Amino acid sequence: MTLLDAVLFLPLLGFIALLIAPASVSRMAALAISLGIFVVSLGLIGTVTDAPGVYSFVSNSQWIDVPSIKYHVGLDGLSLWLVILTTLLTPIAVLVSWKYIDQRVKLFYAFLILLEFGVIGVFVSLDLFLFYVFWEVSLVPMYFLIGIWGHERRIYAAVKFFLYTMAGSVLMLAAIIYLYSQTGTFDYVAILQKLTTGQVALTAQAQMLLFLAFFLSFAIKVPLFPLHTWLPDAHVEAPTAGSIMLASVMLKMGTYGLVRFCLPLFPETAHKAAPCVVALAVIGIVYGALVALVQPNMKKLVAYSSVSHLGFVVLGIFSFTQQGLDGAVYQMLNHGVSTGALFMLVGYLYERQHSLEISAYGGVATPAPNLAVVFLITTLASIGLPVLNGFVGEYLVLQGASQANFTWAVFAALGVILSACYMLWLYQRTFYGRASHSVSHHITDLNSREWAAALPLVLLMFWMGIYSQSFMPAISTQNALILQRVNGSAAAALQAPVVKEVANAR
Amino acid sequence: MQQLWLIPLLPLAGFALNGLLGRRFSKSVVNLIACGSVFLSFLWVLKSLSALGAFSGGLQDTYSEHYFTWIQSGALNISVDFAVDRLTSIMLMIVTGIGFLIHVYATGYMSHEGGYYRFFAYLNLFMFFMLTLVLGANFLLLFVGWEGVGLCSYLLIGFYFLEKFAGDAANKAFIVNRVGDFGFSLAVFLIVIHFGTLDFNTVFAKVKTMPVETSAGWLTAIALLLLVGACGKSAQIPLYVWLPDAMAGPTPVSALIHAATMVTAGVYMVARSSQIFLHAHGALNIVAIVGLATAFFAATIGLTQFDIKKVYAYSTVSQLGYMFLGLGTGAFSAGIFHVMTHAFFKALLFLGAGSVIHACGGEQDMRKMGGLRKYTPITMYTLLAATLAIAGVPFLSGAASKDLILESAYEYAPWMYWVGVFTAGMTAFYVTRAFCMTFFGEYRGEISAHGSTAGHGHSAPAAAAHGDDHGHDDKHDDHGHDDNGHGGHGHGEPHESPLVMTAPLMVLAVLSLVGGFINIPKFLEPMFPLHEGESAAWLEYTASAAGLIGIALAYFFYVVAPSIPDGIVKTFSIPYRWIYNKYFVDEFYDATIINPAIDGSRSLLWRAVDAGGIDRIVNGTGQVAQCIGGFLRRFQSGSIRSYAAWVVLGSILLIAYAGFMGGAK
Repeated sequence: MTLLDAVLFLPLLGFIALLIAPASVSRMAALAISLGIFVVSLGLIGTVTDAPGVYSFVSNSQWIDVPSIKYHVGLDGLSLWLVILTTLLTPIAVLVSWKYIDQRVKLFYAFLILLEFGVIGVFVSLDLFLFYVFWEVSLVPMYFLIGIWGHERRIYAAVKFFLYTMAGSVLMLAAIIYLYSQTGTFDYVAILQKLTTGQVALTAQAQMLLFLAFFLSFAIKVPLFPLHTWLPDAHVEAPTAGSIMLASVMLKMGTYGLVRFCLPLFPETAHKAAPCVVALAVIGIVYGALVALVQPNMKKLVAYSSVSHLGFVVLGIFSFTQQGLDGAVYQMLNHGVSTGALFMLVGYLYERQHSLEISAYGGVATPAPNLAVVFLITTLASIGLPVLNGFVGEYLVLQGASQANFTWAVFAALGVILSACYMLWLYQRTFYGRASHSVSHHITDLNSREWAAALPLVLLMFWMGIYSQSFMPAISTQNALILQRVNGSAAAALQAPVVKEVANAR
Repeated sequence: MQQLWLIPLLPLAGFALNGLLGRRFSKSVVNLIACGSVFLSFLWVLKSLSALGAFSGGLQDTYSEHYFTWIQSGALNISVDFAVDRLTSIMLMIVTGIGFLIHVYATGYMSHEGGYYRFFAYLNLFMFFMLTLVLGANFLLLFVGWEGVGLCSYLLIGFYFLEKFAGDAANKAFIVNRVGDFGFSLAVFLIVIHFGTLDFNTVFAKVKTMPVETSAGWLTAIALLLLVGACGKSAQIPLYVWLPDAMAGPTPVSALIHAATMVTAGVYMVARSSQIFLHAHGALNIVAIVGLATAFFAATIGLTQFDIKKVYAYSTVSQLGYMFLGLGTGAFSAGIFHVMTHAFFKALLFLGAGSVIHACGGEQDMRKMGGLRKYTPITMYTLLAATLAIAGVPFLSGAASKDLILESAYEYAPWMYWVGVFTAGMTAFYVTRAFCMTFFGEYRGEISAHGSTAGHGHSAPAAAAHGDDHGHDDKHDDHGHDDNGHGGHGHGEPHESPLVMTAPLMVLAVLSLVGGFINIPKFLEPMFPLHEGESAAWLEYTASAAGLIGIALAYFFYVVAPSIPDGIVKTFSIPYRWIYNKYFVDEFYDATIINPAIDGSRSLLWRAVDAGGIDRIVNGTGQVAQCIGGFLRRFQSGSIRSYAAWVVLGSILLIAYAGFMGGAK
């Protein structure tokens, strides 16, 4: 029993405890449980950052004998911060729902904690079948969060979300089973070993199909253009906590899958597919931004901005450069922090004014100056202003992309201009101007509970933007290993970083 | 260690204090923190520079300090390093010195405004970023300051955020600057690709030793992309459109950010990257042409404006054009010299304008001013000093730096000199015109016993607590959205401003008069070698003559024979309309870029592609699936075992099918 097992299974215990406990204490219990898990998860950091290139806290035991499915989990520099992000955002999601959720309270928090269980499981699984199980487990609570506590068209959105993701994951399951049939194991580490050493050789077609199966499933989750249309609907209908968890951690399951599985398992194919994937990513960056520009609904706007931001992540991953990949993983975390905060703040506005239409607002800065400041900082983080987190990730992604192919960076950088347009325009229409009667009547400033949920994220925006060295070395080390595998065995398609000389060492 | 970090950190501390707690502070505490932090920063600049020997012939090389690693990825290391050389010294002195004076002035100017603490917090934050910009020892740290000052500019332009025009202008400034930053960031990517680092010292040392044949192409690309960034921040054609609108911010902001410091960041950046520009074939030529064109066209617009701040705004654009002309013709030190003298006289012009606006209760239209010499003598004399300095009267600061630029232009290409001289004449004309319309003749505003003149003032108090208790009137002047709010407190006759406002004016007036004797080119010689030999004396005489003719003409037109301008306007009504409406450049951008982008996104991308195309396909698939599902209902036996069987069978079929298709290829 390692610490990681504890972090993984505490949410499951919490889920059961919440179901058993009386509804009157659900809120407090959920907060206590999620905060407890967060504190425990902090214990993971030291060990992993000391040796980010190998799996720490490994548990490997038989789960099902035939076919041999293992409970194999571990944590490295890639998954560490995603797990921490998940455990951090869960208590925040609980806090945000405090007043917002007033029906079936008990079930709501139970599902929220169950979601945490599924997501952490996805990030730590080292057995493909186990990974698939967690992938599906995380789907279910989110389906209910949207379907039960959502807005008017919640059923439509929930079903759409579920079917979209299922369509992808069925393909992934097929690919996993095929891999099993070829290698005789579901164990990711073993499969990777066999593929690397040439013990098992897949034909080029098989590789392509397997890559596509994994890729499609992940790309839907990301979501990569043109597979993104479930996202705006899901976000608009989801309750605030659902949106936060969906945007901040669930979308990262897709990009995590790309980095963890698609690249190392099928490096040659990844290189072959890169031009198409990058084209879609860049289209997504610009397209998402342009469509975000004209959204009359705040949540839809933020959702389309996510399409644009996640496009950066995919671009970074498929640049196959150190900077690009580092930036991509960093951007996953950034997006989790800043878009999570955006959905939270939009939720705050909704709780006051009961509308997501931008036109229902205007002049909010006057009755709620603190809310305006926090929203502004989050906006700036989201559009990549230096000293805030988004800049570090965006810069590295674009730097990496420019090294792989300068044209990519040129088009992607257009997204940086456009992000300023849609976010600042949103900010102007919401916060500037004179407050209407309705706004000044309904809108109040942040209360202490809302501050408590927002402040950690705001502080993280500054921390991650100013001192990225707290987080980056672990990510970078692991990425270097992945790149070694990806670029090493794809020598033909090698696009080595063009950095010609080592920066003067300090 | 000189602890250079204290220079920007002091204003940052001021920002933090006022920003977090300012709402509870009294105005005098806010003043003390805001002005005090900048003054301490100024003192620390003096202390550091004298310790480094900048005032005594030292500081021949770059002095730098390393603090911590900011971004490390693979071989790319970007650190938080500050460095000082002679170029930085000048910028530090300008930013903290002028910045302090403007802070002091603002305590008087803003004393009746809501959101007082917020204003000074932003102003201090601006100082932090501006100082980071000039101290940063690599391109990315420069970019931090670059974006940061843009943010503060955005916040301060939008200070009167209750008014739509302020929010619009703020967004425009930020977004147009982002277009420039697009170029800047692409340049940064190229620099990393070709040099492997962003540190100034390493990059510039490598540029010098690179063989021309291999580097010329991409070096030119880097230089031109940097120029795009500079055009955004320093308001050059084609990205100058944001600066005139930026006058929506309070006047001290216009003086500090949109005249004296931030807008010269582009000039600083080009001068900083001089090695790249010198080795990039053809880049400097484009810098010179952009600068000259901007100087000329902005000056023509300046001739026709009636809003006093608009006149000075276009003047700023035009003067920045001169600086670029200097850089582009190889006179880097003259360009920086002009940055300094321009900081003196243009800050003074804006602060003087602010004093005038203050005197007239928020009025900015010069047609409603006039005759103010009776009421505001100190403002008038100090503004006279600035007017003569920018007009190029011999021995004053503006002439000293402008003549150097023009001489360099003559050596580069005589036609550039002549255009520059003609522009100098226009410059002298429009500033004198503004001066005469303001101070000569009779007062044309309304005077009432209990202050209804204040109705023209837009006071848009910001913080919630201050609400709407000031005079408001949505009446704008004829060209729309450009006046900012001030005053609003009841007042009768125009009146002179208090000492906290006039004292900075007097200091700046002295600097505008004698600033030309500070020999910046000599000081910068270790970085930018001086030209050998003397230029012909007639070059200077001609330039001075152009300035004097401009002054004389304006005096004649607006004081001696005020009917002449109207006659000229009637005669040349079509070109006048074009120039008065700023060549319709904003309308052109709206029609060609902004509206198509928005309409296209809405009707084509969102409604047609996203909702009508992609999503319809998805939902269509769903419906087909439902039909099939209806047929398949019979398979729903409810037995888990049979489901499992179906899943496995389905998967196998799928794989087999996929394998078959793949094999068939």
